[in-house]
Amino acid sequence: MSDKKNIFERFGESQVWKSIFRSGVPRTRRQRMMSVLNSVFLHLHPVRLPRHAVKLKFTWCMGGLTFFLFLVLTISGILLMFYYRPTAEYAYTDIIDLREQVPLGIMREIHRWGAHAMVITTWLHMFRVFMTGSYKPPREFNWSIGVLLLVLTLLLSFTGYLLPWDQLAMWAITVGGNMARATPFVGHEGPGAALLSIGDINFINMGADAKFALLGGRFVGEAALLRFYVLHCIGLPFVVMILMAVHFWRVRKDGGISGPT
Amino acid sequence: MESFKDFIDFLTQPTLMLTLSMVTFPFFFPINDWFEKWNRRLRLNLLWTNAGLVVVMLGLALFFVVGVQDAEFRLIMLKPDNVPIVGLIFLVYFFMWVSMKQASDNDARLSSGKKPNEYHDPDEKVLVWPDLVYVEFISLILCMCLLLVWSIGLEAPLEEPANPAATPNPSKAPWYFLGLQEMLVYFDPWLAGVVFPTIIIFGLMAIPYLDKNPEGSGYYQFKNRRLAISIYMFGWIILWVLLIIIGTFLRGPNWNFFGPFEYWDIHKLEPLTNINLSEIIYIKLFNTGLPSNIFLRELFGFIVVFGYFLVFPPLLAKTVLKRLYLQLGNFGYGVFVFLLLCMLSLPIKMYLRWIFNLKYLIAIPEYFFNI
Repeated sequence: MSDKKNIFERFGESQVWKSIFRSGVPRTRRQRMMSVLNSVFLHLHPVRLPRHAVKLKFTWCMGGLTFFLFLVLTISGILLMFYYRPTAEYAYTDIIDLREQVPLGIMREIHRWGAHAMVITTWLHMFRVFMTGSYKPPREFNWSIGVLLLVLTLLLSFTGYLLPWDQLAMWAITVGGNMARATPFVGHEGPGAALLSIGDINFINMGADAKFALLGGRFVGEAALLRFYVLHCIGLPFVVMILMAVHFWRVRKDGGISGPT
Repeated sequence: MESFKDFIDFLTQPTLMLTLSMVTFPFFFPINDWFEKWNRRLRLNLLWTNAGLVVVMLGLALFFVVGVQDAEFRLIMLKPDNVPIVGLIFLVYFFMWVSMKQASDNDARLSSGKKPNEYHDPDEKVLVWPDLVYVEFISLILCMCLLLVWSIGLEAPLEEPANPAATPNPSKAPWYFLGLQEMLVYFDPWLAGVVFPTIIIFGLMAIPYLDKNPEGSGYYQFKNRRLAISIYMFGWIILWVLLIIIGTFLRGPNWNFFGPFEYWDIHKLEPLTNINLSEIIYIKLFNTGLPSNIFLRELFGFIVVFGYFLVFPPLLAKTVLKRLYLQLGNFGYGVFVFLLLCMLSLPIKMYLRWIFNLKYLIAIPEYFFNI
């Protein structure tokens, strides 16, 4: 009996398994190294790291958690898109349906609280990088990319805030939109906007300024809802993913995780 | 109990809370030897010990546990969107502790000639599988568990359907922008909503190019980086997190201030007595009317604002920031000091408002140009 292999062992030796995981179960040192090198996901990491780099008290795993929350938000967001229609007529009732009609209706909660959590983990990641001086040469540029990712995280959260189309959403975006109209030169209530005129014709006016561009109208209405929806689901994630790729790539190219020399 | 609540309401007034935190700040994060001496003398460095963590965390928890017994406090703290900010208070202190504890450990090691704690023999490396992937795997499972419990336990907020005809009072921006909304009390929207956020982003991106100090790259450390860390902490903790806390918990109808235990009275009256610098000078001081020429009217405001940005940089370069000036050169120093002055302009404007009821230094509403 003892030499008979159980079902897992037999499966581990099958052609199917071996074609997927080429290096086998990572038991030996060589296999462990190969399992990182052979995986498209794991080879984000180097094969070996200095000892301090794997300690939780050094990294807090904050960057990793931020990326993980981004993935959680992407997946839950895709599920929400099945139910949600970005029109003034349906948006609010679709949100109610998400809660009342959809089985296991916590997808919106996961998305909303996950978004809050991601804002916080981004700040804490930045704080950790600052406190360990990890922005110092040769990693200056990656810090700047990180700042842009922070801004995009806030913008993603901000555009998502409008989508439930309730009072909280509409008026929070109104507060934000009112800032845009005060933009210097390109907002109709901003300093310098009056300079951009010929005679009596103002080029920057209520119907053509930064606020109008942001909201697609003079007020927060259906056009703003569509605009924010597209930015939230496609536009901003597109930019975030490109910058994230650069951010991760540069971590490796700038000499891996920082550490004392 | 009532007197405790009154005391907290009194203490959390923006004037008092911000003054207290700004005055005590350099003692917690000493920027020079003098403050460091007092930091040690007042035993504030105990904050970064294990006992300090326990005491502060229990103190905070006790405050919230006692606080929620109060109906007004409960109403505002347990609003679904405000829960993350309660969590943020604990998280910010916890991670400040994690970093400052390791920093002070390393400071002690470095001053006795040892290498920082993070240092290991470069030849002695560990494998990513299993040493790192397990840590990551466990962290993300814990994170997901927390998120699931949070999502099941607390329903996402949903108010009445959007109605352009009914303005809620107060209308608040999302919580992470409440620092900017709080800034709107003191600055016009073109500054608080557009120019300052741009400067903040630009300033953050510029940090690695302005901090030429090679010390503390890759390990926690405070002593040799105290200027950089103090400025960052001041901007993040006081001018960002604290303003978010004020904006979230303590701003009620008409953006009036309410203590955490105070009833949000929509009829609370705040006298609007703010006046512009030009009015102070021409009407109160000279006893004449305002000149009709805009430039003449705002002359003093322009002098103050331009003076602030033109006098301080060379003055600081000759005195306290001499070493920095020599290190960064004209351009780098110019950028650094401009960012620093912009950052400090917020507290300065706050005090001008609180002490002189000053509304604008330069007020040209004709061109939406108010500072």
